[in-house]
Amino acid sequence: MSSREVHRETVAACAPWSWTLGRGQVLTIVDLDGNQAVDFLAYDAHDTSRAYSAQTTLQAQDSVFLTTGSVLRDNESDALLTVVADEVGRHDTLGGACSRESNTLRYGHHTWAQHACAENFLAELSRHGMGKRDHVANVNWYMNVPVDPDGALGIVDGISAPGLSLSLRAEKDVLVVVSNCPQVNNPCNGFDPSRAEMIVTEPA
Amino acid sequence: MSSTTSTTAGARDHARAQEGTVVDAMPTVPAAGAGALPEGVVADQVVWAETIAGGGYGHRVLAAGTTVRLTDPTGDACAGTLLHHAGMPWERLNVADTVKVQWQVYTAAGQLLLSDQGRVLATVLTDTSGHHDAVYGASTRSRNQERYGDGSPQGRSPAGRELFLLGAGKHGLGRRDLPPSVSFFQGVRIDEAGHPVWRGSAGPGASLTLRTELPVVLLLANAAHPLDPRPEYTVGPLEVLAWRGRPTTPDDPLWCATPERRRAFENTADLRKGLGL
Repeated sequence: MSSREVHRETVAACAPWSWTLGRGQVLTIVDLDGNQAVDFLAYDAHDTSRAYSAQTTLQAQDSVFLTTGSVLRDNESDALLTVVADEVGRHDTLGGACSRESNTLRYGHHTWAQHACAENFLAELSRHGMGKRDHVANVNWYMNVPVDPDGALGIVDGISAPGLSLSLRAEKDVLVVVSNCPQVNNPCNGFDPSRAEMIVTEPA
Repeated sequence: MSSTTSTTAGARDHARAQEGTVVDAMPTVPAAGAGALPEGVVADQVVWAETIAGGGYGHRVLAAGTTVRLTDPTGDACAGTLLHHAGMPWERLNVADTVKVQWQVYTAAGQLLLSDQGRVLATVLTDTSGHHDAVYGASTRSRNQERYGDGSPQGRSPAGRELFLLGAGKHGLGRRDLPPSVSFFQGVRIDEAGHPVWRGSAGPGASLTLRTELPVVLLLANAAHPLDPRPEYTVGPLEVLAWRGRPTTPDDPLWCATPERRRAFENTADLRKGLGL
């Protein structure tokens, strides 16, 4: 099926971004330089109290990882987006976003002033009239968070590579909010945040 | 013929005669009247004693340093749990930080329930169950409608999220105030491919104690776990007993159990001091 490009934009390393997808439109996220974590939230564009929910998403699928066919659901279990293409094969639903506050726990109080995804989300959500209450646990595209048999989990080296992408089809009008993760203390982006490209298409 | 409640005086007498009725799911008021206290706890310290029915919910504002004992008498309770900082509910339980910061997805004694602000809302002090879940959260109305034919909060198979909404509403909170939750007494493991493995409960009589480290609103939704494979909606009563004490101090072995936990306790102690607590 042919498609028409609606929008194309490169999100700088560490920067936030948002876009409202119309129902049926497809967002393709390209990991331009490889091994970049793209933190991702989604909301019903007409009722932003309906936010992406990691927990309802996992209730309805047989794996804690996301890949082609996975449906991202809101807090009432309604479908927001479907992963329709995925060149990486594993994305995280458990780890959430980095924040200045959690960085102080994970690495030490010296990280307090560093840029973090929670700051990106607060800044970008505020542009849509939303606030901290609306900041819930997010998807981490390209981030690799294995769970060991004893329950140990952690962010480890990514399995993405330059140019790999995934595509999401909007199942209704959806506001997507992105933090192109600025984390420099763990391997989620190889300790070196990099660019991501956002391409919005629709059926021709 | 007029009934005994056809007059104001008769209706009043009828209403007043109900006092003293005892049912299975109810609070003990005052809580100091609760029987069978744990060793070392005196009646005067008890602040909350309640049995929450299966399909019911509980909620309470608790001071920092309160110990909350949850007990599953039948093996069928499922204590969906949320914590908000009392009076500052924009600070609330963050399940992702809780599992990520502590490098551990399974709840056990010693686990801290962390807020989104790098602080400890509550500490898991003791646990005889080991069957808990921080991944799948509460069921939704539509999921229970599909599985059991009803997910409404006062119907026969209430969804956990609907019960959380009612509890949150009593504290002026709404839909945007409900982050991911944890569930006590019904467990799920994740295999290495990422698939869920249902473990259910540890059986009748398991209990768990939490110690609050800040003033909190504790919300409990006692609803069937969303992955419970049993075809019938199954959830038993949940017993709650809470008593006053002190938050965790630096001389407690938990304080320095890991560097991440020590920093979380340090952040929390500084805030308490700033609040004059």
